[in-house]
Amino acid sequence: MNFKNWTYLQRRIINWMAKIVLFLFTFLALLPLIMILFYVLRQGGNVLSWSFLTTLPGPTGSTGGMANSIVGSLVMVALASIVGIPLGIVSGVYLSEYGVGKTANILRFSLDLLTCVPSIIVGIFVYGIVVIRYGFSAYAGAFSLALIMLPIVARSSEEIFKLMPGHIREAGLALGLSRWRVILQILLPGCRKAVLTAIMLAVARIFGETAPLLFTALGNQFYARSLSQPTASMSVQIFNWARSGFADLEQQAWAGSFVLVTLILFMNLATRFLGRVRS
Amino acid sequence: MGVEEAQKNPVLRTDELQAYFGPFHAVKGVSVSIFPNQVIAVIGPSGCGKSTFIRCLNRLHEETPGAKVKGQVWLEGKDIYGKGVDPVLIRRRVGMVFQKPNPFPALSIFDNVAIGPKLMGLRRRALLEEKVEQSLKQAALWNEVKDKLNKLGTSLSGGQQQRLCIARALAINPPVILMDEPTSALDPISTARIEELVQELKNRVTVIMVTHNMQQASRISDKTGFFLLGSMIEYGDTVQVFTKPRDSRTEQYITGRFG
Ligand SMILES: Nc1ncnc2c1ncn2[C@@H]1O[C@H](COP(=O)(O)OP(=O)(O)OP(=O)(O)O)[C@@H](O)[C@H]1O
Ligand SMILES: [Mg+2]
Repeated sequence: MNFKNWTYLQRRIINWMAKIVLFLFTFLALLPLIMILFYVLRQGGNVLSWSFLTTLPGPTGSTGGMANSIVGSLVMVALASIVGIPLGIVSGVYLSEYGVGKTANILRFSLDLLTCVPSIIVGIFVYGIVVIRYGFSAYAGAFSLALIMLPIVARSSEEIFKLMPGHIREAGLALGLSRWRVILQILLPGCRKAVLTAIMLAVARIFGETAPLLFTALGNQFYARSLSQPTASMSVQIFNWARSGFADLEQQAWAGSFVLVTLILFMNLATRFLGRVRS
Repeated sequence: MGVEEAQKNPVLRTDELQAYFGPFHAVKGVSVSIFPNQVIAVIGPSGCGKSTFIRCLNRLHEETPGAKVKGQVWLEGKDIYGKGVDPVLIRRRVGMVFQKPNPFPALSIFDNVAIGPKLMGLRRRALLEEKVEQSLKQAALWNEVKDKLNKLGTSLSGGQQQRLCIARALAINPPVILMDEPTSALDPISTARIEELVQELKNRVTVIMVTHNMQQASRISDKTGFFLLGSMIEYGDTVQVFTKPRDSRTEQYITGRFG
Protein backbone atom coordinates (compact mmCIF):
# COMPACT_ATOMS: atom_id res chain seq x y z
CA MET A 1 0.00 0.00 0.00
CA ASN A 2 1.55 3.30 -0.98
CA PHE A 3 1.15 6.63 0.76
CA LYS A 4 -1.47 7.96 -1.66
CA ASN A 5 -3.77 5.01 -1.13
CA TRP A 6 -3.42 5.30 2.60
CA THR A 7 -4.64 8.92 2.69
CA TYR A 8 -7.46 7.99 0.38
CA LEU A 9 -8.52 5.19 2.71
CA GLN A 10 -8.20 7.50 5.67
CA ARG A 11 -10.44 10.04 4.00
CA ARG A 12 -13.01 7.37 3.24
CA ILE A 13 -13.04 6.25 6.87
CA ILE A 14 -13.40 9.78 8.22
CA ASN A 15 -16.16 10.48 5.74
CA TRP A 16 -17.94 7.33 6.79
CA MET A 17 -17.62 8.12 10.49
CA ALA A 18 -18.94 11.65 9.93
CA LYS A 19 -21.98 10.17 8.25
CA ILE A 20 -22.67 7.92 11.20
CA VAL A 21 -22.30 10.77 13.68
CA LEU A 22 -24.67 12.96 11.65
CA PHE A 23 -27.18 10.15 11.46
CA LEU A 24 -26.97 9.63 15.23
CA PHE A 25 -27.58 13.30 15.92
CA THR A 26 -30.53 13.39 13.55
CA PHE A 27 -31.93 10.40 15.35
CA LEU A 28 -31.30 12.12 18.70
CA ALA A 29 -33.27 15.16 17.54
CA LEU A 30 -36.10 12.95 16.35
CA LEU A 31 -36.11 10.85 19.53
CA PRO A 32 -38.33 13.15 21.63
CA LEU A 33 -40.97 13.23 18.91
CA ILE A 34 -40.95 9.46 18.57
CA MET A 35 -41.07 9.02 22.34
CA ILE A 36 -43.95 11.44 22.75
CA LEU A 37 -46.00 9.72 20.06
CA PHE A 38 -45.18 6.30 21.44
CA TYR A 39 -45.87 7.20 25.06
CA VAL A 40 -49.10 9.03 24.32
CA LEU A 41 -50.30 6.15 22.19
CA ARG A 42 -49.47 3.58 24.90
CA GLN A 43 -51.36 5.51 27.54
CA GLY A 44 -54.44 6.31 25.53
CA GLY A 45 -54.36 3.86 22.66
CA ASN A 46 -57.02 1.50 23.95
CA VAL A 47 -59.72 4.19 24.10
CA LEU A 48 -58.79 5.50 20.68
CA SER A 49 -61.50 4.56 18.22
CA TRP A 50 -63.66 6.01 15.50
CA SER A 51 -66.38 6.78 18.06
CA PHE A 52 -63.84 8.71 20.14
CA LEU A 53 -63.63 11.13 17.23
CA THR A 54 -67.36 11.33 16.64
CA THR A 55 -69.04 11.48 20.08
CA LEU A 56 -69.35 14.14 22.72
CA PRO A 57 -67.41 13.90 25.97
CA GLY A 58 -69.21 12.11 28.78
CA PRO A 59 -68.89 11.67 32.54
CA THR A 60 -66.57 9.10 34.07
CA GLY A 61 -67.65 5.55 33.38
CA SER A 62 -69.07 6.36 29.94
CA THR A 63 -67.32 6.18 26.60
CA GLY A 64 -67.00 9.83 25.66
CA GLY A 65 -65.22 11.45 22.76
CA MET A 66 -63.94 14.74 21.49
CA ALA A 67 -66.07 15.48 18.43
CA ASN A 68 -67.17 18.88 19.67
CA SER A 69 -63.66 19.96 20.61
CA ILE A 70 -62.25 18.93 17.25
CA VAL A 71 -64.93 21.04 15.56
CA GLY A 72 -64.39 23.88 18.04
CA SER A 73 -60.64 23.91 17.45
CA LEU A 74 -61.05 23.85 13.69
CA VAL A 75 -63.59 26.67 13.79
CA MET A 76 -61.53 28.91 16.06
CA VAL A 77 -58.28 28.27 14.21
CA ALA A 78 -60.05 29.02 10.92
CA LEU A 79 -61.52 32.23 12.30
CA ALA A 80 -58.16 33.28 13.70
CA SER A 81 -56.50 32.49 10.36
CA ILE A 82 -59.01 34.54 8.37
CA VAL A 83 -57.93 37.59 10.35
CA GLY A 84 -54.37 36.75 11.29
CA ILE A 85 -52.97 35.52 7.96
CA PRO A 86 -54.01 38.42 5.68
CA LEU A 87 -53.15 40.99 8.30
CA GLY A 88 -49.82 39.30 8.93
CA ILE A 89 -48.93 39.17 5.24
CA VAL A 90 -49.95 42.78 4.67
CA SER A 91 -47.79 43.83 7.62
CA GLY A 92 -44.95 41.72 6.25
CA VAL A 93 -45.26 43.38 2.83
CA TYR A 94 -45.34 46.82 4.43
CA LEU A 95 -42.28 46.12 6.57
CA SER A 96 -40.24 44.64 3.76
CA GLU A 97 -41.28 46.94 0.88
CA TYR A 98 -41.89 50.26 2.59
CA GLY A 99 -40.37 49.53 5.99
CA VAL A 100 -37.99 52.43 6.48
CA GLY A 101 -38.49 55.16 9.05
CA LYS A 102 -40.04 55.51 12.42
CA THR A 103 -43.53 54.03 11.90
CA ALA A 104 -42.09 50.85 10.46
CA ASN A 105 -39.59 50.47 13.27
CA ILE A 106 -42.29 50.95 15.88
CA LEU A 107 -44.45 48.35 14.15
CA ARG A 108 -41.53 45.93 13.88
CA PHE A 109 -40.68 46.41 17.54
CA SER A 110 -44.30 45.94 18.68
CA LEU A 111 -44.61 42.76 16.66
CA ASP A 112 -41.44 41.42 18.25
CA LEU A 113 -42.76 42.26 21.69
CA LEU A 114 -46.08 40.62 20.88
CA THR A 115 -44.23 37.45 19.88
CA CYS A 116 -42.60 37.37 23.30
CA VAL A 117 -45.79 37.88 25.31
CA PRO A 118 -46.63 34.56 26.99
CA SER A 119 -49.83 33.18 25.54
CA ILE A 120 -51.53 33.11 28.93
CA ILE A 121 -51.14 36.89 29.12
CA VAL A 122 -52.74 37.22 25.70
CA GLY A 123 -55.64 35.19 27.07
CA ILE A 124 -56.01 37.39 30.13
CA PHE A 125 -55.83 40.50 27.94
CA VAL A 126 -58.65 39.28 25.69
CA TYR A 127 -60.57 38.25 28.81
CA GLY A 128 -60.25 41.80 30.06
CA ILE A 129 -61.33 43.60 26.93
CA VAL A 130 -63.77 41.13 25.31
CA VAL A 131 -64.94 38.39 27.64
CA ILE A 132 -65.91 40.64 30.56
CA ARG A 133 -68.30 42.51 28.29
CA TYR A 134 -69.57 39.82 25.92
CA GLY A 135 -68.92 36.55 27.71
CA PHE A 136 -66.92 33.48 26.68
CA SER A 137 -67.16 32.75 22.98
CA ALA A 138 -65.50 31.29 19.93
CA TYR A 139 -64.94 34.87 18.76
CA ALA A 140 -62.94 35.69 21.89
CA GLY A 141 -60.98 32.46 21.54
CA ALA A 142 -60.23 33.14 17.89
CA PHE A 143 -59.24 36.71 18.72
CA SER A 144 -56.62 35.56 21.20
CA LEU A 145 -55.32 32.99 18.72
CA ALA A 146 -55.13 35.65 16.00
CA LEU A 147 -53.07 37.84 18.32
CA ILE A 148 -50.61 35.00 18.78
CA MET A 149 -50.52 34.23 15.08
CA LEU A 150 -50.22 37.76 13.70
CA PRO A 151 -46.65 38.59 14.73
CA ILE A 152 -45.37 35.18 13.67
CA VAL A 153 -46.83 35.52 10.18
CA ALA A 154 -45.85 39.18 9.86
CA ARG A 155 -42.21 38.85 10.85
CA SER A 156 -41.58 35.61 9.02
CA SER A 157 -43.18 36.89 5.81
CA GLU A 158 -41.16 40.11 6.10
CA GLU A 159 -37.98 38.05 6.20
CA ILE A 160 -39.17 35.95 3.26
CA PHE A 161 -39.98 39.01 1.12
CA LYS A 162 -36.61 40.54 1.91
CA LEU A 163 -34.93 37.52 0.36
CA MET A 164 -36.30 38.49 -3.06
CA PRO A 165 -33.39 40.25 -4.82
CA GLY A 166 -33.86 43.98 -5.42
CA HIS A 167 -33.06 43.74 -9.12
CA ILE A 168 -36.11 41.55 -9.68
CA ARG A 169 -38.34 44.25 -8.23
CA GLU A 170 -36.50 46.76 -10.42
CA ALA A 171 -37.14 44.58 -13.47
CA GLY A 172 -40.84 44.86 -12.67
CA LEU A 173 -40.65 48.62 -12.25
CA ALA A 174 -38.61 48.94 -15.43
CA LEU A 175 -41.39 47.13 -17.28
CA GLY A 176 -43.83 49.81 -16.22
CA LEU A 177 -45.47 47.96 -13.35
CA SER A 178 -46.50 50.13 -10.45
CA ARG A 179 -45.15 49.23 -7.03
CA TRP A 180 -48.29 47.51 -5.86
CA ARG A 181 -48.41 45.48 -9.07
CA VAL A 182 -44.82 44.40 -8.51
CA ILE A 183 -45.92 43.25 -5.06
CA LEU A 184 -49.05 41.45 -6.26
CA GLN A 185 -47.76 39.93 -9.48
CA ILE A 186 -44.10 39.30 -8.78
CA LEU A 187 -43.25 39.38 -5.09
CA LEU A 188 -46.19 37.40 -3.69
CA PRO A 189 -46.27 34.66 -6.35
CA GLY A 190 -42.49 34.38 -6.16
CA CYS A 191 -42.58 33.84 -2.39
CA ARG A 192 -45.74 31.74 -2.34
CA LYS A 193 -44.16 28.51 -1.16
CA ALA A 194 -42.11 30.01 1.63
CA VAL A 195 -45.04 32.08 2.87
CA LEU A 196 -47.26 29.01 2.82
CA THR A 197 -44.77 27.19 5.02
CA ALA A 198 -44.64 30.11 7.45
CA ILE A 199 -48.44 30.18 7.60
CA MET A 200 -48.68 26.47 8.30
CA LEU A 201 -46.17 26.71 11.10
CA ALA A 202 -48.19 29.52 12.65
CA VAL A 203 -51.41 27.52 12.28
CA ALA A 204 -49.81 24.47 13.89
CA ARG A 205 -48.60 26.66 16.71
CA ILE A 206 -52.05 28.08 17.56
CA PHE A 207 -53.68 24.70 17.12
CA GLY A 208 -52.07 23.46 20.29
CA GLU A 209 -52.56 26.58 22.40
CA THR A 210 -54.42 26.00 25.68
CA ALA A 211 -53.79 28.90 28.00
CA PRO A 212 -55.38 31.71 25.97
CA LEU A 213 -58.46 29.58 25.26
CA LEU A 214 -59.09 28.85 28.94
CA PHE A 215 -59.86 32.52 29.49
CA THR A 216 -61.67 33.21 26.26
CA ALA A 217 -63.49 30.22 24.76
CA LEU A 218 -63.67 28.46 28.12
CA GLY A 219 -64.79 25.05 26.89
CA ASN A 220 -68.07 23.24 26.40
CA GLN A 221 -69.34 19.71 26.96
CA PHE A 222 -71.57 20.05 23.91
CA TYR A 223 -71.47 21.62 20.47
CA ALA A 224 -71.63 25.39 20.73
CA ARG A 225 -74.84 26.66 19.19
CA SER A 226 -73.22 29.78 17.80
CA LEU A 227 -69.87 31.51 17.61
CA SER A 228 -70.80 33.73 20.56
CA GLN A 229 -71.12 30.75 22.91
CA PRO A 230 -68.44 29.08 25.03
CA THR A 231 -66.70 26.66 22.68
CA ALA A 232 -64.77 23.48 23.25
CA SER A 233 -61.25 23.08 21.91
CA MET A 234 -59.01 20.03 21.79
CA SER A 235 -56.34 21.42 24.06
CA VAL A 236 -58.77 22.65 26.74
CA GLN A 237 -60.67 19.35 26.58
CA ILE A 238 -57.44 17.45 27.11
CA PHE A 239 -56.61 19.76 30.00
CA ASN A 240 -59.99 19.18 31.63
CA TRP A 241 -59.80 15.42 31.23
CA ALA A 242 -56.27 15.30 32.57
CA ARG A 243 -57.10 17.07 35.82
CA SER A 244 -60.42 15.25 36.37
CA GLY A 245 -58.86 12.73 38.74
CA PHE A 246 -60.66 9.78 37.14
CA ALA A 247 -58.47 7.14 35.57
CA ASP A 248 -60.72 6.54 32.56
CA LEU A 249 -60.97 10.26 31.75
CA GLU A 250 -57.21 10.60 32.10
CA GLN A 251 -56.89 7.87 29.53
CA GLN A 252 -59.12 9.91 27.24
CA ALA A 253 -56.77 12.84 27.76
CA TRP A 254 -53.93 10.67 26.41
CA ALA A 255 -56.00 9.62 23.46
CA GLY A 256 -56.96 13.25 22.79
CA SER A 257 -53.30 14.24 22.94
CA PHE A 258 -52.48 11.64 20.35
CA VAL A 259 -55.19 12.98 18.05
CA LEU A 260 -53.94 16.55 18.46
CA VAL A 261 -50.28 15.71 17.83
CA THR A 262 -51.21 13.59 14.83
CA LEU A 263 -53.36 16.36 13.36
CA ILE A 264 -50.55 18.90 13.67
CA LEU A 265 -48.09 16.41 12.23
CA PHE A 266 -50.35 15.82 9.25
CA MET A 267 -50.77 19.53 8.70
CA ASN A 268 -47.02 19.94 8.55
CA LEU A 269 -46.67 17.05 6.15
CA ALA A 270 -49.44 18.46 3.99
CA THR A 271 -47.59 21.76 3.80
CA ARG A 272 -44.41 20.05 2.69
CA PHE A 273 -46.38 18.21 0.07
CA LEU A 274 -48.15 21.34 -1.15
CA GLY A 275 -44.79 23.10 -1.30
CA ARG A 276 -43.40 20.42 -3.54
CA VAL A 277 -46.23 20.40 -6.06
CA ARG A 278 -45.66 22.62 -9.14
CA SER A 279 -41.93 22.91 -8.95
CA MET B 1 -23.51 64.89 -37.07
CA GLY B 2 -23.89 62.66 -40.11
CA VAL B 3 -26.15 63.47 -43.02
CA GLU B 4 -28.76 60.85 -42.22
CA GLU B 5 -28.94 62.08 -38.66
CA ALA B 6 -29.61 65.65 -39.62
CA GLN B 7 -32.85 64.54 -41.20
CA LYS B 8 -34.06 62.61 -38.19
CA ASN B 9 -35.16 63.83 -34.80
CA PRO B 10 -33.33 62.39 -31.82
CA VAL B 11 -35.29 59.66 -30.08
CA LEU B 12 -33.62 60.59 -26.83
CA ARG B 13 -31.89 63.78 -25.78
CA THR B 14 -30.45 64.76 -22.44
CA ASP B 15 -29.74 68.30 -21.40
CA GLU B 16 -27.35 68.98 -18.51
CA LEU B 17 -28.46 65.77 -16.81
CA GLN B 18 -27.32 65.52 -13.20
CA ALA B 19 -27.84 62.59 -10.83
CA TYR B 20 -27.23 62.38 -7.11
CA PHE B 21 -27.17 59.74 -4.39
CA GLY B 22 -27.93 61.94 -1.40
CA PRO B 23 -25.11 64.50 -1.48
CA PHE B 24 -22.95 62.40 -3.83
CA HIS B 25 -22.88 63.78 -7.36
CA ALA B 26 -22.79 60.68 -9.58
CA VAL B 27 -23.64 62.11 -13.02
CA LYS B 28 -22.37 65.61 -13.71
CA GLY B 29 -24.14 67.38 -16.53
CA VAL B 30 -24.48 65.05 -19.47
CA SER B 31 -25.89 66.47 -22.71
CA VAL B 32 -26.27 64.11 -25.62
CA SER B 33 -28.59 63.45 -28.55
CA ILE B 34 -29.32 59.87 -29.49
CA PHE B 35 -30.79 59.05 -32.89
CA PRO B 36 -33.10 56.17 -33.72
CA ASN B 37 -32.02 52.76 -35.01
CA GLN B 38 -28.55 52.91 -33.58
CA VAL B 39 -26.64 50.98 -30.98
CA ILE B 40 -24.94 53.21 -28.45
CA ALA B 41 -22.16 51.82 -26.29
CA VAL B 42 -21.49 53.42 -22.93
CA ILE B 43 -18.01 52.72 -21.65
CA GLY B 44 -15.81 53.91 -18.81
CA PRO B 45 -14.07 52.70 -15.67
CA SER B 46 -15.99 51.11 -12.82
CA GLY B 47 -17.90 53.58 -10.67
CA CYS B 48 -17.87 56.39 -13.23
CA GLY B 49 -21.68 56.61 -13.38
CA LYS B 50 -22.64 54.57 -16.44
CA SER B 51 -25.38 52.62 -14.70
CA THR B 52 -26.61 55.71 -12.95
CA PHE B 53 -26.76 57.57 -16.27
CA ILE B 54 -28.85 54.97 -18.07
CA ARG B 55 -31.09 54.53 -15.02
CA CYS B 56 -31.97 58.21 -15.36
CA LEU B 57 -33.27 57.53 -18.87
CA ASN B 58 -36.16 55.35 -17.67
CA ARG B 59 -36.63 57.13 -14.34
CA LEU B 60 -35.43 54.13 -12.38
CA HIS B 61 -32.74 56.14 -10.60
CA GLU B 62 -35.31 57.86 -8.41
CA GLU B 63 -36.40 54.51 -6.94
CA THR B 64 -33.20 54.44 -4.91
CA PRO B 65 -33.87 56.10 -1.55
CA GLY B 66 -32.25 59.55 -1.42
CA ALA B 67 -31.55 59.65 -5.15
CA LYS B 68 -32.25 62.80 -7.14
CA VAL B 69 -32.14 63.92 -10.77
CA LYS B 70 -31.73 67.40 -12.25
CA GLY B 71 -31.74 68.56 -15.84
CA GLN B 72 -33.86 67.30 -18.69
CA VAL B 73 -34.36 64.12 -20.66
CA TRP B 74 -36.44 64.32 -23.83
CA LEU B 75 -37.95 61.09 -25.09
CA GLU B 76 -39.43 61.52 -28.59
CA GLY B 77 -39.71 65.22 -27.93
CA LYS B 78 -41.31 64.96 -24.48
CA ASP B 79 -39.58 65.88 -21.24
CA ILE B 80 -39.80 62.74 -19.10
CA TYR B 81 -39.00 64.73 -15.97
CA GLY B 82 -41.68 67.32 -16.75
CA LYS B 83 -44.41 68.17 -14.26
CA GLY B 84 -47.11 65.54 -13.90
CA VAL B 85 -45.33 62.91 -15.99
CA ASP B 86 -45.94 59.44 -14.59
CA PRO B 87 -42.67 57.47 -14.39
CA VAL B 88 -44.63 54.23 -14.83
CA LEU B 89 -45.71 55.35 -18.31
CA ILE B 90 -42.17 56.41 -19.22
CA ARG B 91 -40.87 52.97 -18.26
CA ARG B 92 -43.26 51.39 -20.72
CA ARG B 93 -41.53 53.36 -23.48
CA VAL B 94 -37.98 52.59 -22.37
CA GLY B 95 -37.19 48.94 -21.80
CA MET B 96 -34.37 47.65 -19.65
CA VAL B 97 -32.21 44.56 -19.48
CA PHE B 98 -30.08 44.02 -16.40
CA GLN B 99 -26.64 42.62 -15.75
CA LYS B 100 -27.97 39.53 -14.03
CA PRO B 101 -30.65 37.64 -15.96
CA ASN B 102 -33.77 38.14 -13.84
CA PRO B 103 -36.89 36.43 -15.12
CA PHE B 104 -39.75 36.78 -12.68
CA PRO B 105 -39.74 33.82 -10.31
CA ALA B 106 -42.81 31.57 -10.25
CA LEU B 107 -43.90 32.85 -13.68
CA SER B 108 -43.81 30.61 -16.74
CA ILE B 109 -41.79 31.51 -19.81
CA PHE B 110 -45.04 32.57 -21.46
CA ASP B 111 -46.16 34.73 -18.54
CA ASN B 112 -42.77 36.37 -18.23
CA VAL B 113 -43.21 37.76 -21.73
CA ALA B 114 -46.97 38.27 -21.52
CA ILE B 115 -46.95 40.30 -18.33
CA GLY B 116 -46.04 43.52 -20.12
CA PRO B 117 -48.63 43.30 -22.95
CA LYS B 118 -51.28 42.28 -20.40
CA LEU B 119 -50.42 45.35 -18.40
CA MET B 120 -50.94 47.45 -21.52
CA GLY B 121 -54.44 46.04 -21.89
CA LEU B 122 -53.92 43.13 -24.28
CA ARG B 123 -56.39 40.51 -23.02
CA ARG B 124 -57.38 38.26 -25.91
CA ARG B 125 -55.56 34.96 -25.57
CA ALA B 126 -54.91 34.60 -29.30
CA LEU B 127 -53.41 38.07 -29.55
CA LEU B 128 -51.29 37.47 -26.46
CA GLU B 129 -49.97 34.21 -27.87
CA GLU B 130 -49.10 35.96 -31.09
CA LYS B 131 -47.31 38.74 -29.24
CA VAL B 132 -45.35 36.30 -27.08
CA GLU B 133 -44.29 34.27 -30.08
CA GLN B 134 -43.25 37.38 -31.96
CA SER B 135 -41.22 38.73 -29.03
CA LEU B 136 -39.51 35.40 -28.41
CA LYS B 137 -38.64 35.18 -32.10
CA GLN B 138 -37.18 38.67 -32.04
CA ALA B 139 -35.12 37.65 -29.04
CA ALA B 140 -33.92 34.53 -30.91
CA LEU B 141 -35.31 32.26 -28.23
CA TRP B 142 -38.48 30.91 -29.82
CA ASN B 143 -37.02 27.70 -31.24
CA GLU B 144 -35.53 26.70 -27.91
CA VAL B 145 -38.65 27.27 -25.81
CA LYS B 146 -41.65 26.84 -28.09
CA ASP B 147 -42.40 23.39 -26.67
CA LYS B 148 -42.12 24.38 -23.03
CA LEU B 149 -43.77 27.77 -22.70
CA ASN B 150 -45.41 26.65 -19.47
CA LYS B 151 -42.11 25.83 -17.78
CA LEU B 152 -40.77 28.32 -15.27
CA GLY B 153 -38.66 31.13 -16.70
CA THR B 154 -36.05 30.41 -14.07
CA SER B 155 -35.63 26.86 -15.40
CA LEU B 156 -33.73 28.13 -18.46
CA SER B 157 -29.96 28.47 -18.76
CA GLY B 158 -28.35 31.83 -17.99
CA GLY B 159 -28.02 32.85 -21.63
CA GLN B 160 -31.58 31.77 -22.39
CA GLN B 161 -32.83 33.65 -19.35
CA GLN B 162 -31.13 36.80 -20.58
CA ARG B 163 -32.78 36.42 -24.00
CA LEU B 164 -36.07 35.85 -22.19
CA CYS B 165 -35.52 39.16 -20.41
CA ILE B 166 -34.88 40.81 -23.77
CA ALA B 167 -38.12 39.28 -25.12
CA ARG B 168 -39.93 40.54 -22.04
CA ALA B 169 -38.67 44.05 -22.71
CA LEU B 170 -39.45 43.87 -26.45
CA ALA B 171 -43.01 42.69 -25.87
CA ILE B 172 -44.29 46.18 -25.14
CA ASN B 173 -42.65 47.73 -28.23
CA PRO B 174 -40.45 50.32 -26.56
CA PRO B 175 -38.58 52.62 -28.98
CA VAL B 176 -35.54 52.49 -26.68
CA ILE B 177 -33.98 49.62 -24.74
CA LEU B 178 -31.33 50.11 -22.08
CA MET B 179 -28.92 47.28 -21.37
CA ASP B 180 -26.60 47.35 -18.39
CA GLU B 181 -23.71 44.95 -19.07
CA PRO B 182 -26.16 42.35 -20.39
CA THR B 183 -23.48 39.81 -21.26
CA SER B 184 -21.09 40.13 -18.34
CA ALA B 185 -22.64 37.13 -16.56
CA LEU B 186 -22.71 34.94 -19.68
CA ASP B 187 -20.43 32.50 -21.47
CA PRO B 188 -18.82 33.45 -24.81
CA ILE B 189 -21.40 31.64 -26.94
CA SER B 190 -24.38 33.23 -25.22
CA THR B 191 -22.57 36.56 -25.43
CA ALA B 192 -22.12 36.19 -29.17
CA ARG B 193 -25.81 35.34 -29.60
CA ILE B 194 -26.86 38.44 -27.71
CA GLU B 195 -24.48 40.64 -29.66
CA GLU B 196 -25.95 39.26 -32.88
CA LEU B 197 -29.41 39.87 -31.51
CA VAL B 198 -28.65 43.48 -30.66
CA GLN B 199 -27.52 44.02 -34.24
CA GLU B 200 -30.85 42.73 -35.53
CA LEU B 201 -32.86 44.73 -33.02
CA LYS B 202 -31.36 47.91 -34.40
CA ASN B 203 -33.95 47.93 -37.17
CA ARG B 204 -36.70 48.33 -34.62
CA VAL B 205 -35.28 49.94 -31.53
CA THR B 206 -32.49 52.09 -30.26
CA VAL B 207 -30.23 50.17 -27.91
CA ILE B 208 -28.13 51.89 -25.27
CA MET B 209 -25.71 49.38 -23.85
CA VAL B 210 -23.24 49.69 -21.01
CA THR B 211 -20.26 47.43 -21.50
CA HIS B 212 -16.83 46.85 -20.02
CA ASN B 213 -15.74 44.94 -23.05
CA MET B 214 -13.97 47.21 -25.55
CA GLN B 215 -14.13 44.61 -28.33
CA GLN B 216 -17.84 44.30 -27.77
CA ALA B 217 -18.33 48.05 -27.91
CA SER B 218 -16.37 48.37 -31.14
CA ARG B 219 -18.04 45.30 -32.67
CA ILE B 220 -21.64 46.21 -32.18
CA SER B 221 -22.10 49.92 -31.61
CA ASP B 222 -22.57 52.85 -33.96
CA LYS B 223 -21.84 55.47 -31.33
CA THR B 224 -19.78 55.34 -28.20
CA GLY B 225 -19.91 57.51 -25.13
CA PHE B 226 -16.97 57.52 -22.74
CA PHE B 227 -17.66 58.33 -19.09
CA LEU B 228 -15.16 59.38 -16.49
CA LEU B 229 -15.92 60.47 -12.93
CA GLY B 230 -19.55 61.22 -13.72
CA SER B 231 -18.95 63.22 -16.90
CA MET B 232 -19.29 62.14 -20.49
CA ILE B 233 -15.86 63.03 -21.73
CA GLU B 234 -16.41 62.02 -25.31
CA TYR B 235 -19.29 60.96 -27.55
CA GLY B 236 -19.04 60.16 -31.21
CA ASP B 237 -18.96 57.56 -33.96
CA THR B 238 -17.57 54.35 -32.55
CA VAL B 239 -14.92 54.09 -35.27
CA GLN B 240 -13.73 57.59 -34.52
CA VAL B 241 -13.73 57.12 -30.73
CA PHE B 242 -11.73 53.92 -31.00
CA THR B 243 -9.30 55.00 -33.74
CA LYS B 244 -8.74 58.69 -33.18
CA PRO B 245 -10.26 59.78 -29.89
CA ARG B 246 -10.41 63.53 -29.39
CA ASP B 247 -9.66 63.38 -25.68
CA SER B 248 -6.37 61.98 -24.41
CA ARG B 249 -8.16 60.36 -21.42
CA THR B 250 -10.37 58.38 -23.81
CA GLU B 251 -7.29 57.15 -25.61
CA GLN B 252 -5.62 56.19 -22.33
CA TYR B 253 -8.69 54.23 -21.24
CA ILE B 254 -9.17 52.45 -24.55
CA THR B 255 -5.56 51.45 -24.82
CA GLY B 256 -5.75 50.12 -21.27
CA ARG B 257 -3.46 52.57 -19.61
CA PHE B 258 -5.90 53.22 -16.77
CA GLY B 259 -9.34 52.22 -15.55
N1 LIG C 1 -27.17 53.23 -4.09
C1 LIG C 1 -26.10 54.04 -4.09
N2 LIG C 1 -25.90 54.89 -3.05
C2 LIG C 1 -24.83 55.72 -3.03
N3 LIG C 1 -23.92 55.79 -4.01
C3 LIG C 1 -24.06 54.98 -5.07
C4 LIG C 1 -25.15 54.07 -5.16
N4 LIG C 1 -25.05 53.38 -6.32
C5 LIG C 1 -23.93 53.84 -6.92
N5 LIG C 1 -23.34 54.81 -6.18
C6 LIG C 1 -22.13 55.54 -6.53
O1 LIG C 1 -22.33 56.25 -7.72
C7 LIG C 1 -21.21 56.17 -8.57
C8 LIG C 1 -21.63 55.68 -9.92
O2 LIG C 1 -22.10 54.36 -9.80
P1 LIG C 1 -22.57 53.51 -11.05
O3 LIG C 1 -23.21 52.28 -10.53
O4 LIG C 1 -23.35 54.38 -11.96
O5 LIG C 1 -21.16 53.16 -11.72
P2 LIG C 1 -20.88 52.32 -13.03
O6 LIG C 1 -20.17 53.20 -13.97
O7 LIG C 1 -22.12 51.66 -13.50
O8 LIG C 1 -19.86 51.24 -12.47
P3 LIG C 1 -19.70 49.70 -12.86
O9 LIG C 1 -18.98 49.67 -14.15
O10 LIG C 1 -18.88 49.14 -11.76
O11 LIG C 1 -21.07 49.11 -12.94
C9 LIG C 1 -20.21 55.25 -7.88
O12 LIG C 1 -19.18 56.03 -7.36
C10 LIG C 1 -20.97 54.59 -6.80
O13 LIG C 1 -20.18 54.44 -5.66
MG1 LIG D 1 -22.85 49.62 -13.51
